[in-house]
This record gives sequence, structure tokens and C-alpha cells, in this order.
Amino acid sequence: MNFDFSDDQKFLKNEARKFLEAQCPTSRVRKVLDEDARSFDEDLWKAVGEQGWLGAAIPEEYNGLGLGRLELCVIAEELGRAVAPIPFASTVYFLAEGIMLAGSDEQKAHLLPRIAAGEIIGAMATSEGPGVTTASTLQASVEGGKLTGVKLPVTDGDIANVALVLAKENGRPALFVADLTDPSVTRDALKTLDPTRDAARLTFKDTPVKRLGEAGQGFELLEQINDRAAVLLAFEQCGGADRCLEMAKAYALERYAFGRVIGSYQAIKHKLADIYVKNELARSNAYYGAWALNTGAAELPVAASAARIAGSEAYWFASKENIQTHGGIGFTWEMDCHLHYRRSRQLSLVAGAPRVWKERLVSQLERRNAAA
Amino acid sequence: MDFKDTPEEAAYRQQVRDWLTANAPKKRVGEPDPLGESSDGLAASKAWQAKKAAAGYACITWPKEWGGQGGTPIQQVIFGQEESAFPTPGNPFQIGLGMCVPTVMTFADEDTKKRFVGPALRGEEIWCQLFSEPSGGSDVAGARTRAERAPDGSGDWIINGQKVWTTGAQFSDFGIVICRSNPDAPKHKGMTMFWIDMKAPGVEVRPIHQMSGGSGFNEVFFTDLRVKDSQRLGAVDDGWRVSLVTLMNERLAVGGASGAGWSAFLEAARETPGLDGGAAIKDQALREKLADWYVQAEGLKHTRNRTMTALSKGETPGPESSIGKIISAVQMQELAHSAVEMLDQYGIINDPALAPLRGAFQASLMSAPGMRIAGGTDEILRNIIAERVLGLPGDIRVDKDVAFKDLPTGR
Repeated sequence: MNFDFSDDQKFLKNEARKFLEAQCPTSRVRKVLDEDARSFDEDLWKAVGEQGWLGAAIPEEYNGLGLGRLELCVIAEELGRAVAPIPFASTVYFLAEGIMLAGSDEQKAHLLPRIAAGEIIGAMATSEGPGVTTASTLQASVEGGKLTGVKLPVTDGDIANVALVLAKENGRPALFVADLTDPSVTRDALKTLDPTRDAARLTFKDTPVKRLGEAGQGFELLEQINDRAAVLLAFEQCGGADRCLEMAKAYALERYAFGRVIGSYQAIKHKLADIYVKNELARSNAYYGAWALNTGAAELPVAASAARIAGSEAYWFASKENIQTHGGIGFTWEMDCHLHYRRSRQLSLVAGAPRVWKERLVSQLERRNAAA
Repeated sequence: MDFKDTPEEAAYRQQVRDWLTANAPKKRVGEPDPLGESSDGLAASKAWQAKKAAAGYACITWPKEWGGQGGTPIQQVIFGQEESAFPTPGNPFQIGLGMCVPTVMTFADEDTKKRFVGPALRGEEIWCQLFSEPSGGSDVAGARTRAERAPDGSGDWIINGQKVWTTGAQFSDFGIVICRSNPDAPKHKGMTMFWIDMKAPGVEVRPIHQMSGGSGFNEVFFTDLRVKDSQRLGAVDDGWRVSLVTLMNERLAVGGASGAGWSAFLEAARETPGLDGGAAIKDQALREKLADWYVQAEGLKHTRNRTMTALSKGETPGPESSIGKIISAVQMQELAHSAVEMLDQYGIINDPALAPLRGAFQASLMSAPGMRIAGGTDEILRNIIAERVLGLPGDIRVDKDVAFKDLPTGR
């Protein structure tokens, strides 16, 4: 049994932590939070690019590092822990993974080296409004290679150059690659729950696009991309949730009430034990997702669903109970607790809400059960 | 990252599998009997244990001189995995070989070890652990069962009192018992541990009628039970330290709750009519719960895989494994509760001939409260995680520096 990361991968994780502790303290995260005009930390983005992280999983023939997905998982965990205010997930988990999964040779050659070089910021444009976007609600459409429609919210849509857009072509859903610098694209920044990760409304009017993958396979391909992203996002969630537990524990050991540290009361001890248990279950599910992602196993859809559900639950629980453990001070703008509370919402909604994944998971279990 | 054995592990697995194929029973005799409580089951269990012992598989990690293989914990896990694929009889030896005999091996003299280790290993003698009392389960150091020196100057001890929730006492030959030897000392400093003969005069075993209807546990009464000073394990009044050695082994011995799980629920929900006449599995509320149970079960499964990986690397798993029972016992209860509610009015029926899956959910529902208590309550396990994993302070104690006899006891 070798259900763990290798020593090299752990070394990379350790290096990533040191790097982010130096380059991405929460004072840097707060600059993006507090300044409306600032959508992301451009210096950090550049520094992350110089580390090679953007191209970690991109093959060497496209100027990436050609490492596996496990290396990307350990980086993701550290980015989540640091609440990094950069469009890493949009660019690497969605755009790069989508292109590697279904891109033509031309699309790969055109985009992957530029992603690895940090020249492209990506975005995933699927949602069109409140609720779940399905084949029956999908409005955006492509005719003669031109896209028309409105997408919102699109995380990092205000800063991205390239987006994957879900739209209908001849009535059949597909994913398309759109150049967002085209003058036919209008972007409106949106106010979001997590201002360290901005979002926009994108309005396309006869925007030239290229299809990604097969015609009519938009939702199937989107699910495959989401499975990959879900595993990586789960590692960000694990990183964030563990950081919340550390913060809560540190505060519980220094704050006195009624003559003793609050961490000596069972009400607090049991709360922190519950966070620990959820975090460990999330981590174990994320590991299984990582294994499935890295080996391309047939179990990936089920493993990714479990990783996403457990990761979302753990980070939500840890982030809200971290505030509760801090009491009044935890509700202030100056304390970092709300950075995680905000980010936990961003991560759990960006690839579809947990209830969507629960439904997907149970449908798959039903099929497996019926086949058995 | 993979789920593969190392070459050494794979070779060991193959060796074990070959031996089991040649030696393990091919089909089960009678009903499944995990604790080996029925007398037929007991004979079969003893025979199987003897076979394992002869081949060196009874206690793989024990030193060779005591009948083990000097093997690694991962080899023990591999054997367990392979053995579980065969319809072997129940294992009433777990508590003895997992907790009691290791305590004897740590604290008894050479003659005592020579007398007891072999027969226990071979399944000829069964051991039980006598810690919990009516006045204290989680608070083991609150034991009131008295051990006093015999007034005749022989050095013998006389034991009086009562233990409770003793698994396997009804068929055990020996036991280890923690007693109050000095009520004038603070509670942790006035206890002494002994091994005792469960068939001796002065020991009475009575089954406990559990709320689930079964009787897997016992009360054990001691009335002027006389034991030799040579039966003492560890120093006089040092029994607490001895019990910590026993309980350290408990962590590895107590598993999670089993019972009907998510796949049984899914199976039943496909067959049961739901809110609008379709199958209950179409009910969105049930689907969300099913997803949560699956994710928890998978999380536990892969947490075990992480623990196995640590063992495989020669690391010692810590108290982290406490999370298994917290999750599985609560899930067992919630899942059974939802399953019974899914049956609507029919859910009150507790007859294996009528209830789905031969009443598995009803059985789970009625045994789950015990699972949340046995081997560490939900609350104690949370304390263990908070204190030993997270490093939070222990509770403020009002019982540490006071003579045991002066502690308030309630009833």
C-alpha cells in the first residue's frame, strides 16, 4: 500500500508553502480585497509563473514541466491554504485541463505554451444566471463560428484573455474557445462574495470562436473538465480547511475566558475535533481523487464527486466554526477569518454547487448498483 | 501513489493466500457468529486458532520465542485482509491476544508468561478485560472494586466488587482486572492490576440484557475472590500505568461500526415506493443523504488506506484512527433511522421475515446506541482527538490530588 504522495512531491509541497508564506501573506491577499480596482495580485501571478507552476502538468513538448497531476495537487493545497488571490484555478484547472483533454493539435500548440509562460489568463464561462445551467436553459449560441450570448458570473472573466464557453451550435451544446480580447466582447465586473477572486458578466456579440472537442458533446466534456477541476479544487479546500483549524486552535490556546484558555472547554475541544474529522475525511477523499486523476482511472467521476462534496463540506464547516471559535473578534474585517469564509463559498460554487455533485454521484451509484 | 503492495508485501500476501487456500474452511458452519459466542462456534473458533498458531499466523507481530513471526504490523493487516475472504469462524480471542496477554507479557514474571502465552495463542484459553464498572465506564480510574491484603499474612489479596460490560466473560478462562488497592491515595495512584482465574470461587458472571435484545456482554461480580500476590501485574498501587499499556493496544483492536451501509440503503430505496408512487430513491432528500453517507464511508476507507501506508513505511499510526468509530457509529444510527422512516408505517415492523434485508436496518437502529458508547464514547473520542492530536489542554480536574475515598461519587 502506497496511498500517499512521494518524498519528491512532499518536498515540492514544502517548497510551495515556503514560497507562498513569503510571497502571499494575508496582507497581500487583503490588498486585493480592499482595493476595488485590483482584481488579482499581478506580482504574485508573475512569481508563480516563474516557479513553473502554471505549466506543472503541461507536457514538455508544449514548454510545460511535464510533471503529473499529483504535483499539481500539492501546489493546489498550498494555494488554498494561502487564499492566493490569483486566477490559477481558472487558468490551470479549467482552461489548461480542458485544452489538454479535448484540444486539437493546433489548439494545444496555440494555447498550452502561452499558459505555461504566464501569458494567458483563462476563464470558464458556463453559467447564465441564477440556478443550474442545463441543456434546456442554455441560451448562448454559435452560428457560423460566431458566438452570441451572455455569461454570468464568469470567475476571472474581467481579467482573462481566453475563455471556454458553453453554447449551442445548431441546437446542440458544445464548448468553444473564445478570445476575450476581441472587441465584440463586453465585460462588466461584478461584486462577489469573495473579492479576492473577481468575476464578470461577459456579453458576446458575434464573437469568433473555435469549438473544443466534438459537436453536441458540450455537457459531457464539461463534466470531464469539471471532474479534473473538482479534484484540484478539493486540494485547495483541504489546504484552506486545515489553515482554519490551525487558526482556531491557536486562538483557543491564547484566549482566556472565566479564568482559563477557551481551548480547555469541551464545547470548543469537541468543535475543533469535529473540524479535524471532517478535514481528514476530505483529505482521504481528495487523495483518492488525485489517484484517479493521475492514472486516468474509470473511477474518476465518482472519486471526483466524493472529493468535491467532502472538500466543500469540510472547508465550509471549518471556515464558519473558525469564526465562531474566535467570537466577536472573528467577525471583524481586520481578522483573517472571513477570507476563508469567503473563499470557501467561491471554491464550493465555482464548479457547480455540492448538491449538483451529490445528485451526479447518486446517479452514478444507481447505475453501478443496477449493473451489479 | 498507488494501492499496490511492495514486492515484499506481495510475496507475503501470496504466501498467506496459499496457506489459507490449503487450510481455511471452505464454507461457514451455521449462522455468522463474529464474537464466537455459541458453543458450537467456540469449538470451531478454537480449532481454527490452533491451526493458525501452528503455522505462525496467530500473532504475527509477536516475537518468535512467543509463537509469533516477529512480523510487521502491515503483515498482520495483510493476513487479516486475506483471511476475511474465507468463511472462518468468529474470533473470541481478539481482546485477549490484543490487550490482555500483551499486558501479561509486559508485566508478569517468566513463569507466568510461560504458563499463559502459549495456550492463549493457540486458542486453548480465552481472556477477558475487566475494567468498566457500574460507577465508571469512561472514567476507568474511578474503579471501586476493592483489592485488600488477606488478613492472614499470606500476602494474598481479597477482591470484592463488580465489573460491567465485560465482553466474552461467559466463556473466558482468565481475565485482567483493575482494582482499588489504596482508597487513601488519589485515584490514579491507588489502583493495582491482577490476572484472575474466571472459574475460581468468588467470580460470578451474569449476562446483561441489552436494549437491542441480545446479551453479548456481562456483569462480573467478585465476592471474596482470593488471588495470590504473584498474580499481580506491575507494582502495588501502580495499576493505572499498567492499564495504559492495555488501552494503548485497544486503539488498534477496536474497529469501526458495521451494519447496513449506504449500498444496502440504495438497494432498499430502489424497491420501496416513495412520495409520488415512484421508487423512494427518486426522493431528492434521500439522495442527498445517500451521497453524504457514501462520501463518509469512502473517506473512512481511504483514511484506513493512509493508515496502512504509514504501517507499510514502518510508521506507528496515532490516535487519528479514533475518527473511524465517531463517524461510522453515528452514520449507522442515522442511516438506519432514515431507512426505517423511508418504509413509512411499515417501518415499525421488526420481523426479519417481513422487514427489508431481513430486518438489517431495524437491527442497526437498535444496536447503534451501543456502538456510540462501546470502546470510547463519541465524547471521549472527541476529547482524545482534541488532546492527543490537536494538543488542546485536558479538562480542569477536581479529582487528581484528592484521596479517592474523599471524592464525591453521587450514585
